[in-house]
Parts: sequence; C-alpha cells; structure tokens
Amino acid sequence: MSGTRESSAALRGFGAVPAKRRHIKNTLILFCPADKRKDDKTQPRQGGGRRFSMKRAVITGVGAVTPVGIGKEEVWKNVKAGVCGIDRITRFDPSDFACQIAAEVKDFKPEDFMDKKEAKRMDLFVQYAVAAAKMAVDDAGLALDKEDGNRVGCIIGSGIGGISTLCEQHARLLEKGPGKVSPFMIPMMISNMAVGQVSIMFGCKGVNLTTVSACASGTDAMGQALLAIQRGDADIILTGGAEATVNELALAGFSSMKALSTRNDDPKGACSPFDKDRDGFVMGEGSGIMVLEELEHAKARGAHIIAEVVGYGSTNDAYHMTAPAPEGEGGARCMAAAVENAGIRPEDVDYINAHGTSTPYNDKYETAAIKTVFGEHAYKLAVSSTKSMTGHMLGAAGGIEGILTALAIEDGFLPATVNYRTPDPECDLDYVVNQGRAADITYAISNSLGFGGHNASVVLKKYID
Amino acid sequence: MDIFEKVKEITVEQLGVEEDAVTMDASFINDLEADSLDIVELMMALEEEFDIEIPDEDAEKIATVSDAVEYIKDKQ
Repeated sequence: MSGTRESSAALRGFGAVPAKRRHIKNTLILFCPADKRKDDKTQPRQGGGRRFSMKRAVITGVGAVTPVGIGKEEVWKNVKAGVCGIDRITRFDPSDFACQIAAEVKDFKPEDFMDKKEAKRMDLFVQYAVAAAKMAVDDAGLALDKEDGNRVGCIIGSGIGGISTLCEQHARLLEKGPGKVSPFMIPMMISNMAVGQVSIMFGCKGVNLTTVSACASGTDAMGQALLAIQRGDADIILTGGAEATVNELALAGFSSMKALSTRNDDPKGACSPFDKDRDGFVMGEGSGIMVLEELEHAKARGAHIIAEVVGYGSTNDAYHMTAPAPEGEGGARCMAAAVENAGIRPEDVDYINAHGTSTPYNDKYETAAIKTVFGEHAYKLAVSSTKSMTGHMLGAAGGIEGILTALAIEDGFLPATVNYRTPDPECDLDYVVNQGRAADITYAISNSLGFGGHNASVVLKKYID
Repeated sequence: MDIFEKVKEITVEQLGVEEDAVTMDASFINDLEADSLDIVELMMALEEEFDIEIPDEDAEKIATVSDAVEYIKDKQ
C-alpha cells in the first residue's frame, strides 16, 4: 500500500537524499559478500546468542481465496490467463465514493469450509484464512491429527483485521447503547484471530504469531515462519495473510489518502502497475495460506514439494508514514538483505513478483530499488505485478503473492502484469506485460512494502534435492 | 407465535443448532453447546425480541429453554 500521491510528497525533506544514497551504498557493501558463503549454506550461523545448523523449509501445500478464484487450480489458471478480478463494488452501494471499484472475492461460501456456528463467530477475514488454510492442508496431504501439535505452528499476517465487525458493532453502540454491543465483537475483530481460529481448527499448538506490518504483513509472516523452521522451532507452519476490507469505512479512508484508482468507468483496466498513466491501487481481499514444512519432515512423509523458501529480508524506510523513501532505498536494502540471507548473488535471481501497487510512487521507486540492488541484471530478470489481476489484497498480498511465486517456479511460467498500455521512462524493466510466458525460474523474490515504511522480501527457489 | 417458538427461533439463529435440538428441557450449555459468550449474546437477542431487560443476576439463573420461556412470561 506504500505510495500515496502528491499529499505525502509535499511533506518530504528532499535535502536528505544524498545521505540516504550513501546509506544504501554502505548497506549494500555490508550485505553483498554473499558469494563468499554461497557454497557453504549449511554452516552454523550465530543467532540469538546460540549456534545452530539451519534447517531447510519447503512449501508443500497452498490454499487461496482470491478475487480471481478460490483454490489453487482455479487461481493459477486464471492468473496464467491474465484474468482480472476487479469490478464495481457489490458489497455496498459505492455511489458516494470517489473510488467505486474493488477486487472482491466472488462466490465464497464459508459453509464449504467450516460449520455454520464457527463461521458466525468469525469476521470475513478470519473465514477467508480458515478456508485458505484448509485448502493448503488438503493440498499438502497432511493429516494434522497424526502430527505432534507442539511441532505445528501458525503465523499469519493481517494489516487491518475485522474492520467490518468493528463498524457493525459501533453502529449498535450508537443506536442501541453499550449493553447491546456483541460479546463477540472483540474476539472477532482483533487481527490475531485468523491465527487463533486456524490454530483451533488444525491443532497448531506450537510457534504462534500474527504479523501486522500493513501490506507487508503476509510476507513478514512467511519470513518469520521461515526463520522458525530454520531454527528448528517447528516442523510445519501454516503461514500467509488474510484481509477483508471492502468496507465503507476502509474505502473512505484509503480514498481520502488519494491512494486509490478512480477509473470507475473501466474497472478491469484500472490497476495498471508500471504504466505511465497508473493512478492508484485497487483494493482487493482474500487470503493466501501455505504449508511451510521442514524439508526432512516433508521428505519422510513423501510430500510433494512445490518450492523451497531460502531467504528473508525485513527493513523499514524510517522515513514517512505512507510515502516510500526516495529511490526506494528501504525496499532496496530489504531485497539486498533477502538475497544475502539466501546466500546467493543478485544475478542468480530470475523473477521478482513486485509489490507493484499501481500507485505513481510505489512503482517508480520499486523499479529504482530493483536497479540499485541488481544493477545491469535488473534488465535481464523478469518483474511482474499480479496485483493487476488480484487487486491489492493488503495484508493478504504477501500470502497470495508468495503462493503465485512458488507456482510460477514450479510451473515454469511468469505471470503477466496486465493492463500495460503506455511505457513510463521511469519504469523501464521487463514487466512481462499483458501476456504471461514460459520461463525457467531458479530463484525468485516476492516483495511487499507497507505503510509505516515496512519492507519485506522473501526468496524462493526451485526445489532441488 | 408463542413464546417458546420465538425463543426456539432465536436460539437456532444465535447458537447455530438444529431446530429439533431446542426442546423445553434443553440446557443451553450442556445440550446446545453454548459458551459464556453465546449466553451473553443470546440474552441480548431475547431482550431485544421481547423488549425486556434481563439483569445479569437473572441471566445467571436461566439455564434451560424452559427457564427462558418462564422468565419472559413473568416479565411480560
């Protein structure tokens, strides 16, 4: 969600740029001697005051509830075909709003995934998470009741939590008084309840955490899950993101920030990342959850391995509430950190699933950040924004984009950036425009950048035993 | 609709149980699997439907469907 327009830009201190540039350079010198470690990935690392040998983490199942379909097969088929899930908002009458479009999840029936009573106690974002988690567990062929629950964890991100529940109960407070506010309001609304309910449903009694870093939440969840598996804290972690913010209050708030596209007359063409005429992001919703599993555990049960997760970077711009730092310096440090953490060289990276929100600033600065980290190689690797199809699923974005990156590697197919019409001289990389294409991908990065200056990147790798 | 039928309807809606399970003898907690939060919400729904106030000390004594029906009859 990073990257609002003029309003935020006016608040900046551009005088600080040279210092920040120096900072990037220094950081890269710190982060880049990755090749020295390249052939010795299993060496013990210092961490948290103790030494340990890192374990490997692989994705063995995925589940998705998205504006372009529900379930792995439907979502991947539609993403490959360039189907856009954006349309005029149906959940409420958007006529009074500057932005009247969103990427809503269609045809979601909670009773397909959980019983009616359970569903009633969940905000929509939690229902999405539970449904996606169930699909991921099924896809992984896991019988969780046969696992030791203490070795099964759950780390899911949500940027906002149960805002619709909050709004409904606030209306009751105003209309009927404090005695009529539902006792379920708090436990339905709080952002950690996706993790809470998924853990109840699947017996995740081990490592448990909710990441709340705005639009980086889902990627931070994946990254924290990776670290926990590498440390040996868990054998299995259900991880990803969930969000359900197609709601009057959320839409009004994002609208006031001038962050949203207002191409109401052309919903399908509204989200156009990296295009010269891009005019803002389009709100999406849903959940992407994956089963991240310790490699030996996955092999022992003969699991199908979709891709390996090998690196994580987390930084903050420390610059502005919503505007990205000039030249995307925070995002650059983050990608460099993820590459370093993976123990690879920048030129090993074949594909970046970009944050690519379609806001003027995000796409310009993310492009600059990619050039900072990858140099000439920036023009050789492929970059695409699947948000052009799914909309911006906010805290769920990292979850679904991590999944799409894994499927891209497994299937050997780069998903497109759709709606690309007019080249922007400031965005001059290979964005896989309008048509996806076959490609052999060994290493790929999924980027997420969030309000609050949060940056998160994960590195995925084709699984090779 | 008599009071029992209304209470049944609200119970089915609030607790997500089958209609047949909501008999006069049914205990909200033991038979209909309500937890403490369900009970609070159920009492709110009954207050709203029958336009009554159920103070906490009274709510604590309402354990079964018939307790609720009798309480509402007395209040009306």
